[in-house]
Amino acid sequence: MSKPVLPDGFVVVVKRDCETCQTVVPALREIAAHAELTVYTQDDPTFPGDPAAEYDEDLSVSWHHDIETVPTLIRVVDGAETARTFGWLQSEWRAFTGIADLGEGLPPMRPGCGSKSLDPDLVDELAVRHGGSMLRSRRIEVADAEDDIEMMFTRGWSDGLPVVPPTEERVLKMLGGTTRAPHEVVATVPPDLVEATVEKVAIAAVMAGCLPEYLPWVLTAVEAVCTDEFNMHGLLATTMPVGPVIVCSGPGTRKIGMNSGMNALGQGNRANSTIGRALQLVIRNIGGGRPGEVDRAAHGNPGKVGFCFAEADRESPYGTLAAQRGIDDDVDAITVFAGEGPRGIVDQLSRTPESLANTLAHQLQAIHHHKLVIGFDAILVMGPEHARVFADAGWDRERIIFELHMRLTTPIDELARGAGGIDEGVPITSAGGFLAPDTSDGPTSLPKFRPDGLMLAYAGGGAGLFSMIIPGWVNGEVGSQPVTRAVQY
Amino acid sequence: MSTRTILDPTGEQSVAERARLARPASLDGLTVGLLDISKPRGNVFLDRIEERLTGIGASVKRYKKPTFTKPAPVDLRHEIATECHVVIEALAD
Repeated sequence: MSKPVLPDGFVVVVKRDCETCQTVVPALREIAAHAELTVYTQDDPTFPGDPAAEYDEDLSVSWHHDIETVPTLIRVVDGAETARTFGWLQSEWRAFTGIADLGEGLPPMRPGCGSKSLDPDLVDELAVRHGGSMLRSRRIEVADAEDDIEMMFTRGWSDGLPVVPPTEERVLKMLGGTTRAPHEVVATVPPDLVEATVEKVAIAAVMAGCLPEYLPWVLTAVEAVCTDEFNMHGLLATTMPVGPVIVCSGPGTRKIGMNSGMNALGQGNRANSTIGRALQLVIRNIGGGRPGEVDRAAHGNPGKVGFCFAEADRESPYGTLAAQRGIDDDVDAITVFAGEGPRGIVDQLSRTPESLANTLAHQLQAIHHHKLVIGFDAILVMGPEHARVFADAGWDRERIIFELHMRLTTPIDELARGAGGIDEGVPITSAGGFLAPDTSDGPTSLPKFRPDGLMLAYAGGGAGLFSMIIPGWVNGEVGSQPVTRAVQY
Repeated sequence: MSTRTILDPTGEQSVAERARLARPASLDGLTVGLLDISKPRGNVFLDRIEERLTGIGASVKRYKKPTFTKPAPVDLRHEIATECHVVIEALAD
């Protein structure tokens, strides 16, 4: 339904179930005697009687004109609102109407009451009735005998877990989490290269179980993965067990209740669990990226349901991953990374940074294959107990990464195909591989990671001398680059 | 809250169906495009295919994607479509 046009003159919205509205009835009569006055009543067509009211039975006038309080007095010129006041403030109403003695004998001030159009029992229904037309997605009727959740499994819209049915009420409520227009295109989603609107992303967020306040994070993640540098298409199509990993930071992570502490990479926190899931539902349902189709993963990993966590940025001794990648620490930000499932590193005895760096380097060398180098990035997630060892010794982020790189350089002889009795390894050729050190001026050793390929994040519980590695997929131009973005509200 | 009407979560694409070209009875005299997707050793496979095709009278043109992890650039697809009668896209590892 389109927005009802208000008649010129004064318009007042009232309801009987409001003492202040009853109090101002004499003043309404005075205004009606001086000027054009239209009264809309929300709950009782016989109120106030004199002056006579129009019954806003479906609350369309109240909803469309954002009435929050009754009484609300509006001045309308040429069909457009020019001013409004609400509640009863005698001096204000007198100035507003130009009637110097308006409401003589009434109390000088009475606060108004909540508009019926904001009644919690009605507000969702009204949003659908009056605002539903803003949603453009196809409506699908679910038969009475059909279970809506089973129906969504049957249609292939689930990632294997139940999804929340995206009713109009829920999607409209979800859209309240962003200022962006429902029809704005967020990104072109691979593999089908379909334009995803804010509305379609909101539908996925509802299905994943998100709260509206998570939506800006989901939208930003969708934008970040649907870029040429992140290469979501390749991430789907690869046989490797990788998916988009979302690392969040900034004060907004606390506002939406994300977990950056105990079990940060695990289950049990709604925001952590559903933001990553919503992203994957966007890829599945809008982009058409499904396992066994374009998703060719040989094994996959449990994080492909959704993998999202927050950094404990206030406690981090070395700042945030987003800051490492150029965004201020106090800005809400996400980094998307093409990553595997996390794997743990146990070292409960190292108390010097050198010893702990040795441990971390050994484990980092092993990702994918200890003889394969440079082609894969990794995020190292340290918790408080490991990070403290470095912080106490005065090692900052740059020092930690530098020291790890130093320990992650391996003689090329040990990496070559066949070395160590293992066929896998780096090719030692002049064409497309690395030159053997004894045949030319090629390198004598190779680093595990490219210069920006080792990233640090900070999360985890206060007890446990552990770190986590999230190994990456093929990096660089041929694969995926991590993408960091400030959250767009 | 009623859940009787839900919103379509898909991209709501209507698939454009196009009829396939008829298979040529012979490759003799046709131009065959060989697209290397840039996986290691794909060129070894395609070299052999090229030999076989040339042997039966086809003329061969070779193409290469910048990386196997991304779809072929639209310009490359257009180039192949305008220069070839038939295309073979090879995956090798």
